[in-house]
Amino acid sequence: MKKATEPFRFSTRFHLKELTGLKAKSLRQLADMLREVPDSVIYYHTHHFIEEHHYLIPEPPNDFAVWVRNALGDEVLSERLASIDTFEFPTLESLKEGILSVIEESLVSKRDPRDAPEGREFHFAKSVSVILPLPYVAYDLREFVEVLREVSTRCLYFHIFESRLKNGQGMNDFSIWMRDTLGEAELADKISHLDPYNYTLEGLRSLLIQLIEKHIK
Amino acid sequence: MGRSVIEELNLLAEKLSGKVLQNINSTRSGGGVAEVLSRIVPLLQQVGVDAHWNVIQGGQKFFQATKKVHNALQGKEESISSEEFSLLLQPSRGKIEDYLYGDIILVHDAQPIALVAKRREAGEKWVWRCHVDVSNPCPEAWDLVREFVVQYDAAVFSAASFSQELPIRQFLITPSIDPLSEKNRELSGNEIESVLAEYGIPQDKPIITQVSRFDHLKDPIGVIRAFEMVRKNIDCRLVLAGGTAADDPEADKVLAEVEERAAGSKDIHVLLLPPKSGIEINALQRASTVVLQKSLKEGFGLTVSEALWKGKPVVASAVGGMLLQVKNGFNGLLCHGVEGAAYALRLLLSNPEYARWLGENGREHVRQNFLITRHLKEYLLLFLSLYHPEDIIYL
Repeated sequence: MKKATEPFRFSTRFHLKELTGLKAKSLRQLADMLREVPDSVIYYHTHHFIEEHHYLIPEPPNDFAVWVRNALGDEVLSERLASIDTFEFPTLESLKEGILSVIEESLVSKRDPRDAPEGREFHFAKSVSVILPLPYVAYDLREFVEVLREVSTRCLYFHIFESRLKNGQGMNDFSIWMRDTLGEAELADKISHLDPYNYTLEGLRSLLIQLIEKHIK
Repeated sequence: MGRSVIEELNLLAEKLSGKVLQNINSTRSGGGVAEVLSRIVPLLQQVGVDAHWNVIQGGQKFFQATKKVHNALQGKEESISSEEFSLLLQPSRGKIEDYLYGDIILVHDAQPIALVAKRREAGEKWVWRCHVDVSNPCPEAWDLVREFVVQYDAAVFSAASFSQELPIRQFLITPSIDPLSEKNRELSGNEIESVLAEYGIPQDKPIITQVSRFDHLKDPIGVIRAFEMVRKNIDCRLVLAGGTAADDPEADKVLAEVEERAAGSKDIHVLLLPPKSGIEINALQRASTVVLQKSLKEGFGLTVSEALWKGKPVVASAVGGMLLQVKNGFNGLLCHGVEGAAYALRLLLSNPEYARWLGENGREHVRQNFLITRHLKEYLLLFLSLYHPEDIIYL
C-alpha cells in the first residue's frame, strides 16, 4: 500500500452566523447588495441549509430561491435559482456571478416587480468559519478510512464542501492529497467527481468509505 | 451526542483557557433568559470555561422603567418619562459595578445595558445579548438603547430580522432547551397524572395549553378568545399556565385580567406556577393534545421548542423567533390572529394523525437545531471570534 511522505491532517470546521444588518426588500436591491457583499455571505446563503434542516424540509438549496418564492411570490425565478448547481462552480466568486446572472435576466423581463411585504425582507448574513486541527493524521488509505469512520460530520463537511470552494483549486482536500501526495490519481478523480450536494453527510461518509475500501482491495 | 462532537467542544473550550466569562442579567428566575443561563453556565464550566453569572439588583421603580423600555423595544407604545429614562441610564445597579471581573462580559437584555459605561475599567470584550424581538422597536426606546449598544464589541440576536444597522459586529445565535432538565426530561405516566391531579385538571377531553409568563405580549386574552371559538365545535379544555419574574412588575395585573376573563368557565384552568416548576410544566405539556403559543411578540419562545421536543403539535404566532422553530405545515402551524389560532387548533384537534406527524417532525427539528449543545458550541465560537475579526479563523 502506498505511503505518503506527508500525512493528511484532519481538521474540523465550525461556523458562526454573523448578521450584516443589510436587508433587501426587492429583487433589484437583492442583486445590488449581492454584488457588494463578501464571499462569506454567498457561502452562508448557499450552504447553511446543509447543516440545518435539509433532513426535514425539501427546501431549495439556497436562501435566495426560498425568499423569492415566499416573499416575492415568484415561483418561476425561485425554480431557476433553486436549480443552480453549486457543484458546477469552482469558486464562490463564480457562484455569485451565476446567481446574479439569473436574477439580472429575470429583472430585464419584469415590468413591475413586486416588493416583499414589510417584515419579509431578505436579511444578509455571513458565515464565520472557525477551523480547528484535529489530532488525527493518515499516511495511507487504510489509516485514512479508519479516521474517516470516526470523525464528526463537521470534519467531513469542511474537507469536502468548504475547502473545494475556498482553497482556490476547485477540488476537495481529500482528492488533492490523494492525487498530489499519495499518488492515487484515479481514486482522487473519482472522489472529486462525486457531487456531495446530492447526499446527506452520513450518506457521503458511507460512500467515501466504500470507494476507498474498494480501491484498497 | 457522539464522542467526536464532545471532543471538538473540548478542543474549542481549550482555546478560551485563561479567559473569565461573566454573564449579567436582571433576574435569577422567571422567563427564558434566566432559564437558559441556569443551564448553559454549568455546561460552559463543564467543558472548562471559567463561566459565571451575576444578577443586577433593581428596585420596583427601576424594573417598572425597564419593563416599559423592554415593551417599547418590542414595538409596544409606551409613555416613558424622562425620570424613567434616567433610571435606566444609571450603570450602577446594586453593587454590580464594583463587581465586574470578567474578561468577556455578556450583558443580557436592556436592564443592565448601561453597565457598558464601565468598560474602560473592566473587561476586555463586551457583548450585548438581546433576547427580545427588536425588529420594529419604538424609535425613542431604540435610540436610547442604541447609545449603549454601539459601545459594545458585538451584539447577539435570536433572529436575522432583529438585526439593525450598527457599527459593531452582530451575530445570530438562537436560544436552546436542555433535554435533560426537569422541564424536558422524559416523565412517567404516573408523574404526569400526579401533576394534573394536583392542579385539578381532568384528562377527560383534549387539552390545549399555553405556558408563558403573564404578560400582555403573550396575549393570554387572545388565547382565551381562540379557545372559546374552538369550544363551540369541539369539547376541550384550556390550560393557561405561567409564572412571574422578579424583573416583571406587570405580571400580577395581567394575571388578574386573565382570571377575570376566565371566571365562570370550568374548562379554563389558569395556573400561577411558582419558580422552579420544571416538572409541572413538563407534565402539562406532555398531557396536552395541542400546545399553543400565541404571543404578539416573541424573542424566541422557548416553550415552542419545549413542546416540539415532546412531540406535541404546536400552533404558534408567526412572529419573531417562533418563525425559526415552526415551519408552517411541516412541523407545526403558524397563525396571524385569534381566528387563525382557532382555525389551526380545530384542524389539529380534528386530525390527530396529521397532528402526530407534525409533532414527530417538530421533535427532529429541535434535535437538529435547538438543543443546548448547539448553543454551547455557538457561544464558544462567539467568544473566540471576539478576538479574531476575520471571516475564516484558523485556531
